[in-house]
Amino acid sequence: MPLLDRDGFKPDSFTRVPEAGETGETAILVPFAPDAPPAPPAGNRALGIEIANTVRIDALRPHLDRFALIAIGFPAFSDGRGFSLAKQLRNAGFRGTLRAVGPLIADQFAYALACGFDEVELPEALATRQPAEIWLAAARAIRATYQRSHQAGGVSILDRRRAARAAAAEPGAAP
Amino acid sequence: MYRYDEFDDAFVRDRVAQFRDQVTRRLSGGLTEDEFKPLRLKNGVYLQLHAYMLRIAIPYGTLSARQMRQLARIAETYDRGYGHFTTRQNLQFNWPKLRDIPDILELLADVGMHCIQTSGNCIRNVTADHFAGVAADEIEDPRPVAELIRQWSSLHPEFDYLPRKFKIAVTGATHDRAAILAHDVGIAIVRNAAGEIGYRIIVGGGLGRTPMIGKVVREFLPKPELLAYLEAMMRVYNLEGRRDNKYKARVKILVHEIGIEEFRARVEAEYATIDGSATNADPAEAARIAAYFAPPAYETLPAESPAFAAAKAANPAFAAWVENNVFPHRQPGYAALTISLKAIGQPPGDASAAQMRAVADLAERYSFGEIRVTHHQNLVLPHVRQADLFALWQALGAADLAEANVGLITDIIACPGLDYCALATARSIPIAQALAKRFADPARQREIGPLEIKISGCINACGHHHVGHIGILGLEKRGAESYQITLGGDATENAALGEIIGPGIAAEAVPDAIERLVETYLALREKDEPFIAAIRRLGLAPFKAAFSGEVRHAAA
Repeated sequence: MPLLDRDGFKPDSFTRVPEAGETGETAILVPFAPDAPPAPPAGNRALGIEIANTVRIDALRPHLDRFALIAIGFPAFSDGRGFSLAKQLRNAGFRGTLRAVGPLIADQFAYALACGFDEVELPEALATRQPAEIWLAAARAIRATYQRSHQAGGVSILDRRRAARAAAAEPGAAP
Repeated sequence: MYRYDEFDDAFVRDRVAQFRDQVTRRLSGGLTEDEFKPLRLKNGVYLQLHAYMLRIAIPYGTLSARQMRQLARIAETYDRGYGHFTTRQNLQFNWPKLRDIPDILELLADVGMHCIQTSGNCIRNVTADHFAGVAADEIEDPRPVAELIRQWSSLHPEFDYLPRKFKIAVTGATHDRAAILAHDVGIAIVRNAAGEIGYRIIVGGGLGRTPMIGKVVREFLPKPELLAYLEAMMRVYNLEGRRDNKYKARVKILVHEIGIEEFRARVEAEYATIDGSATNADPAEAARIAAYFAPPAYETLPAESPAFAAAKAANPAFAAWVENNVFPHRQPGYAALTISLKAIGQPPGDASAAQMRAVADLAERYSFGEIRVTHHQNLVLPHVRQADLFALWQALGAADLAEANVGLITDIIACPGLDYCALATARSIPIAQALAKRFADPARQREIGPLEIKISGCINACGHHHVGHIGILGLEKRGAESYQITLGGDATENAALGEIIGPGIAAEAVPDAIERLVETYLALREKDEPFIAAIRRLGLAPFKAAFSGEVRHAAA
C-alpha cells in the first residue's frame, strides 16, 4: 500500500512476512502478539512489528529496543487510539520509526506527526483521492500549535511566548 | 477579559483557512461525506432538519460588547436576524448556508472568536461559573484556568478523535453554578489544609441517556500540574473508553464499568510516565493569562446606594425585577445583573440582532464592556453600579429584555427540540412557551419562588432535564409525542438526578400536570421552603399521587 512521510510518497523498505524466522528480506514487518513476542531475526535484518491499536504499552515496553519500526493499525480514521499509543511509545523512549497504517485522512497528518508518527501507510484508493500535495499542505495548515509536537519543525505557541518573555527580560533588549 | 495575542490570532485564522479548504475538497470530491462530517462537526457545523446549524464557542461564557455586536451583524447578514444561546454558554445560528460559513468564521476571527470543537468527538468548549470574578464565595476566578484549558485542548493532536464528546466545566466558588458534577470532567478550585490553592478533579458525570453524578478522581491537584494530569486522564479515556457502542462511549461509562478506584489507578500510572514540563504551562504563562482577568477599575462606592434604595422603594415593579434578576457583587456598591432571555411566549435563549446590540451598548455604558452567557440561557452584565440599575432596567424594558423571572418557574431551559434538531423525538420550545404562558402572572411566580424547569426533546438531554427540579423529557411513542416528568433533580453541589413520577403524557396535558405539582408544593411547603427543599423533605409520594390523579383526569 502507498507509504508517505513528511516529504511525500516513498518506497517501503520493509516487507511483510508471517514471522521473523524467514530469510531473504533485509527489513521485515511481522505481526505482533503480546503473548508471543517475535524472536530476533537472523543476521542484522531490521525488525518491524505490526500491532493493533488495542495492544497495551506494557506488553511492548520490555522489547522496544529490538524494533526498528512499529506499525500501528487504524481500523478507521475516526478511531484515535493510535495517536495515544504512539505518544506512549515515544514517552517510553522508542526511537525507531512509527508508522500509522489505515484509512487516515490528510487532515490528520499533522496530528499523526505531532504524536510521534513518522509515516502513514494508506489504502490505494485513498491515496488516489488524496494525493501527496494535499497531505503535505495539510501538515502545514496550522503553523503553530498550543501543544508541543514531535513533528520536526513543529512550532509550540507556549515556547514562542516563553522565548518572547525571555527576550523582553534580557537587559538591553529592544523594547 | 482575555484578548488574543498574535499567536492566538494566527491560530484561528489558520483554522478558518483550513476549514475553507476542507469545504472546497468536500465539494470537489477529495473528501467523502463520511470523512467531511467529523471535520465540519469539529468546527461547529451541524446538518439539522431544515438547514445547517453553526455553533459558535463562547469560552466560559464570557463575551465582550464588541464580540456581541459582531454576532448581531452575522445574525442579520447570514441568518434570520436572531441567534440562540445554548445550555453550554454557546451561540447557535440555525439558518446559515454552508458556502457562507467560511466568511462567517472570518468575521468571528476578527473579534477573537471561533467555532473550534463546539461539536464532534473531542474536548468541547470549556464552561465556567457565569458569576466568575463577581461571587463573594469565590476562592479564585475560574476563567484563567478555563482559558488555559481552552488553548491546550484546541486542535489537540492526540485527543481530537476520542470515543465520544468530552465536556469540561470549572468553578472557583463553593456554590457550584457550573454543574461540575454533571460533566465528563469537573474542576473545582479548592484550598487545602496548608492554605494552597489547587484543583479537585471530578470525573464521569454526565446527563444523556445514562445520567451519572461525577466522582472525585483527585482530591487535590497542585495548580501547576493541571495540564499533564488532564493529559493522563484523556489518554486513559482515549485508549480504553468503549468504541463498540456510541451510547456507551462517554467516560462516565468507563468509570462506571471499571470503578473509580481502578480508573484513578490507571490515570495515576499514566501520569507517572509523563514529563510534566513538556505539557504544563509554566508559571509565567499562567500569570500572563490570569492578568487579563484582573478586576476592572471599580469606583470606591458605599455598600448600599441611596439612589438605588429610593428607586426600589418608589417602584415595586423595579424592586421585583431587582429581587429576581440581581446578584450580589463582592465589590461594594456594585451588582451583577441577569438579563432574562425568557420573555413569556418566546423561545428560551433566543435573542434578536437588535437585542444583541442593545445588550452590547448597555454593557459598554454600564458594565465595563463585559457580558456573560449562563448555562440557563440568559445573559449577565457582571459589574454594574447599583446606582445605574434603575436606568438599566428602563433601557432593557425598551428592548423587551426586562422580564423579572430569573430563577423562577418561567425561567425555563429548553433544547431546540423537534423544531430544529435532527436528533429530537419531540418538541421542546412549544412546551416551554405553553408553561411560561400558564405561569405568566408575576405575582404568582414570586409566590412559587425558585423553581427550575428543564426540557429536553430527546434522550440526549441537551435541556438537562435530569437535573431540573422539574424535568420534562419529550419522547416519541407510537407516532405521538409523549412527555416524561421527573422531579427532584439538582445541578448544584447537591447534585441529584430527578426521578420519574409516572407515565408519559401528551403535550397538551403538560401545563395541567405541572400546575398540579406546583399546587401540591404550595399546599405542603413550610414557611419560605423552596420547591426543591420541599421535595427532599416530603419525598415523591404526594407529588406522584397528585400527578396520577391528573393523568386519570386527563384520560377520563
